[in-house]
Amino acid sequence: MQRNPQLNSNGELQHLLSIEGLPREVLLQILDTAESFVGVTEREVKKVPLLRGKSVFNLFFEPSTRTRTTFEIAAKRLSADVINLNIAVSSQSKGESLLDTVANLSAMQADVFVVRHDSSGAPFLIARHVKPHEHVVNAGDGRHAHPTQGLLDLFTIRHYKKDFTRLTAAIVGDVLHSRVARSLIHGLKTLGAPEVRVIGPQTLMPAGVEALGVKVFHDMRAGLKDCDVVVMLRLQSERMSGALLPSAQEYFKHYGLTLEKLALARPEAIVMHPGPMNRGVEIDSSVADGPHSVILPQVTFGIAVRMAVMSIVAGN
Amino acid sequence: MRLHIKNGTVVDPASGRDAVGDVFIAEGKIAEEFSKPDRVIDARGLVVAPGFIDLAARLREPGYEYKATLESEMDAAVAGGVTSLACPPDTDPPLDEPGLVDMLRRRAKAISRARVYPVGALTVKLEGKALTEMAELAEAGCVAFSQANVPLIDTQVLWRALQYAATFGFPVWLRAEDSWLAKGGVAHDGEVATRLGLPGIPPFAETIALAAILELARATGARVHACRLSTAGAVAQIRAAKSEGIKVTCDVGIHHVHLCDMDLGYFDSNCRLEPPLRSQRDRDALAKGLADGVIDCLVSDHTPVDEDGKHRPFADAEPGATGLELLLPLALKWGQAKKLSLAATLSRITSEPARILGVGSGRLAPGAPGDVAVFDPGAPVRVTAESLKSQGKNTPFLGYELAGRVRYTVVAGKVVYEA
Repeated sequence: MQRNPQLNSNGELQHLLSIEGLPREVLLQILDTAESFVGVTEREVKKVPLLRGKSVFNLFFEPSTRTRTTFEIAAKRLSADVINLNIAVSSQSKGESLLDTVANLSAMQADVFVVRHDSSGAPFLIARHVKPHEHVVNAGDGRHAHPTQGLLDLFTIRHYKKDFTRLTAAIVGDVLHSRVARSLIHGLKTLGAPEVRVIGPQTLMPAGVEALGVKVFHDMRAGLKDCDVVVMLRLQSERMSGALLPSAQEYFKHYGLTLEKLALARPEAIVMHPGPMNRGVEIDSSVADGPHSVILPQVTFGIAVRMAVMSIVAGN
Repeated sequence: MRLHIKNGTVVDPASGRDAVGDVFIAEGKIAEEFSKPDRVIDARGLVVAPGFIDLAARLREPGYEYKATLESEMDAAVAGGVTSLACPPDTDPPLDEPGLVDMLRRRAKAISRARVYPVGALTVKLEGKALTEMAELAEAGCVAFSQANVPLIDTQVLWRALQYAATFGFPVWLRAEDSWLAKGGVAHDGEVATRLGLPGIPPFAETIALAAILELARATGARVHACRLSTAGAVAQIRAAKSEGIKVTCDVGIHHVHLCDMDLGYFDSNCRLEPPLRSQRDRDALAKGLADGVIDCLVSDHTPVDEDGKHRPFADAEPGATGLELLLPLALKWGQAKKLSLAATLSRITSEPARILGVGSGRLAPGAPGDVAVFDPGAPVRVTAESLKSQGKNTPFLGYELAGRVRYTVVAGKVVYEA
């Protein structure tokens, strides 16, 4: 097997492509660095000069508003120049290959590429072909990974729960298609969480998911019992009826998070969601807006985490 | 040209001959001993075997000349000791008309390297709707009929195609894959695909389709050859079918007896293959099935793909790997792992595929076609883009150190390659 392509020869983070395979120390370095940036985002002048003179290219081959915006804000708070490229509607439709697009942008002196692509592994391909001083940050590839989301989830959990080593966490919903779930599972396992559960119908569980170190539950009530952390996944509307699920109503009845089901978790449990939420499909509004919900703080922490990631890779 | 190959270890799986000795070729055929040859090849320390027969090698003509040409791939074939190859019909246009088949054979003949046996399209344009003129295509030189990797969804058409082929005694070569179950999938549906977030193809996509094919073979009496098995389940099905007396043969590709889904590593698009690389358990069952004879032969499944086709995210990359030049070294590697004799190992790429093709080559008996491969079984082969003659440099074995170097390749008594 090849060397982990996201670490340089000193074992430092060269690119952020996936949480899988990253050492615990690197994850903690990112979380600790993010901690120091939370203060920045609360200041009146919300900027630090760490990436002054550097260019961050947001390369979004798949539409996204939220993730792209938080990366943009994070880069600007690091004083970088940010260029947003919505490739879905530009060169790809003209038949230019992925690597040609990257080579062209590289010629415009990029320092960091933030990449989102609908095909799993695309950021690995790009990382193999960029120049040594260029860095790739995966902003979501297919079903594979969404490492900055996973890191902001870890940051949020650490913020509220302090310690990973006694946690029971449950991830509920469409695990099959979820890069968020995969990244968070790897992160929780690396940081020592003893029990990570995935909850959902068989149709939304990928083959052999147990090999990631999780326990599978099809009964949500059993799965939520005594959980400290509940992470709800978004259900894409095109999957709400078809061969995977009969209807959003039936899904909500069995796998939607309500106050009644949440009562089975620990009293201080936190509820997370990567957004955007489908209220009444995977989560009831009374939970989303209730006291257990940390969904909005997740968004705030997301900026600090992305600042940390970009400052670390660009500094290595 | 009268050729005398002397002092080599002559290994002829068909006759069981395995001893130091000489091989004589005259008038294009293996001959009895004669004096005054035109050329003598000293094969001391080398193995002299029948030229290899590969039941699946894509030459990419017509239609995909930017990926490979007949010239480049025929050079690759003889560099790999392959003297006969069957090419699948998935060209552009597909081999569904006698004129196309005729043209391909003429081109191949003019290049004068390996013998080319075209496999005709089973259905027009490989669309799975209307039967091709199989009798006409057979007259033009097609040795069998196939859908290549294009699914035949309509089982009514499959049934009729097998009936029609059985009427004339034409063999039908089919890769078993249920296209609904395989839809959208690019990797074995297991832990690796789950970790990498790649859409999976479950093993039962193969076994369900194979069960249907075997039932239809039983019902129609058609001679079915199952191509590129990839699962342990399929090996068990073939074993049972053969013991029941169903007329079925099968093959496995060189990649699937050596590699498994773990080899995808970090999205190595050279491992994007059809069928997908499956689990270690499947790989072991395939290697064993080939050793105990349930699987009849080993094929390269040679599929040259250009860089643009592979420099893409895994799922978007074009499937296939170049393989003609790796057939011998990978057969030797497999045979060694299974502790088989050289003759038993070589039978999977000589006498066995010859039997399936129904040709006289693949053996060294006097009167057989004068097709011979002379190779050094221990000579190291480092697989690099530069070392491959094929226009396709796409193989998961890039960087591997293998053993088994071809020194001479003889087709119809003519030395077409020497190194």
